[in-house]
Amino acid sequence: MCLAIPGKVIEITEENGIQMGRIDYAGTVNTACLAYVPEVKIGQYVIVHAGFALSIVDEEEAKKTLELFGEIADQAARKGLDVFGMPLKPDDERGEKDQ
Amino acid sequence: MKYLEEFRDPHLAQKLLSGIATVTTKPWVIMEVCGGQTHAIIRNGIDQLLPRQIELVHGPGCPVCVTPLEMIDRALAIASREEVIFTSFGDMLRVPGSEKDLFMVKSEGGDVRMVYSPLDAVKLARENPNRQVVFFAVGFETTAPLTAMAVWQAKQQGLDNFTMLVAHVLVPPAMTALLSSSENRVQAFLAAGHVCTVMGWEEYLPISERYRVPIIVTGFEPVDILEGIFMAVQQLEQGRAEVENQYRRVVKREGNRPAQELIRRVFQVGSRKWRGIGEFPQSGLSLRPEFEEYDAEKRFDTESINVEEPPECISGLILQGLKKPHECDQFGKRCTPQSPMGATMVSSEGACAAYYNYHRHQDDRVES
Ligand code: SF4
Repeated sequence: MCLAIPGKVIEITEENGIQMGRIDYAGTVNTACLAYVPEVKIGQYVIVHAGFALSIVDEEEAKKTLELFGEIADQAARKGLDVFGMPLKPDDERGEKDQ
Repeated sequence: MKYLEEFRDPHLAQKLLSGIATVTTKPWVIMEVCGGQTHAIIRNGIDQLLPRQIELVHGPGCPVCVTPLEMIDRALAIASREEVIFTSFGDMLRVPGSEKDLFMVKSEGGDVRMVYSPLDAVKLARENPNRQVVFFAVGFETTAPLTAMAVWQAKQQGLDNFTMLVAHVLVPPAMTALLSSSENRVQAFLAAGHVCTVMGWEEYLPISERYRVPIIVTGFEPVDILEGIFMAVQQLEQGRAEVENQYRRVVKREGNRPAQELIRRVFQVGSRKWRGIGEFPQSGLSLRPEFEEYDAEKRFDTESINVEEPPECISGLILQGLKKPHECDQFGKRCTPQSPMGATMVSSEGACAAYYNYHRHQDDRVES
């Protein structure tokens, strides 16, 4: 229910007095209400939940998070740990394993 | 897709798992509050890849699952009326009431429509001035700004044929109720990232302090969840109890102020019943008196409908993290996603449905 996905703002419009926009989700384009992200600019990514953009994705923070993952990983590697030896599988390979 | 794929990277996930194993020295119980996270955890097998000492319990964060049976029955009664176009998010349509669900009402001739956004329901009201359009406003703080905007817009546009059946619930009161129960096992929380997108995370500070629990605001992709768990375990191992934000690319400390503002103007906080768990004070939203005319319960007088849950269903215990779905006698027997007995089997974000769909019939974690 609270699922929300990132998409790119490609157009900003107005409808019945509220700011709306067209959002591109990797090729699929849909309309969303932008009233809660009034400062948004074309080209920025927003998190959209049921037709409403609720947050602008912070590019700097996204990068930092990924870098931090790398650091944690390196620390673990230095300790010579590879505990499970089984990476997470992508969705389409899952499901069979646990039967 | 940008901001999705890199947070699903199996190599990063693998490395985070090693990191978690490195810091874990004792058994810990961590609850993921949100049903979207439960779904991602079970689908990706995260619970089975973690060190054995770490137990994930699945929290009450699935709005479909906690909407009380009597609200569903009220929805069914309203949707059956001839003058009504009943609109809802898709995942509420199959939730069983005490006798039927919204799909059955539709097959019996009721005008039940799935909408993507609450604003679509407002549009329907504008286009159908001779019909009564009702929107089923369920959900947490993530959804409340959407339904608040729908009512606000209906008022701005002077629509008198739009109402909402409101069953909004709030996350922090539910966490407090869990923590103050004598049966509580939860030692740390992964807080729901999208709820915090709207509300921010300051309201978790007093909870973390009072109950001495780490609370990590966490995203929804596999590596987000793993990092959230990593941060929680680190705090637990070091004896810290703080609020930390893993989902920094989306969640700000103060949340989304314009969204909070509209929620406050349209809704008021009050007590709400949670399906299977009971009633908590200050745990839900209802329309303010100024917006009473948009309240479907008032317009259609359904307040007398009250029903009890089927006693065989233990979803209340599951939503509190006290039991696992496969421990229910009905699980996979009388109760399946095709014929659900409880709401946790209906929504794909419900713990029972997630266990059923991903064949989790017992605790079959790999020994470590
Ligand atoms: S398996 Fe079905 S009956 Fe048992 S707790 Fe889950 S929803 Fe309820």
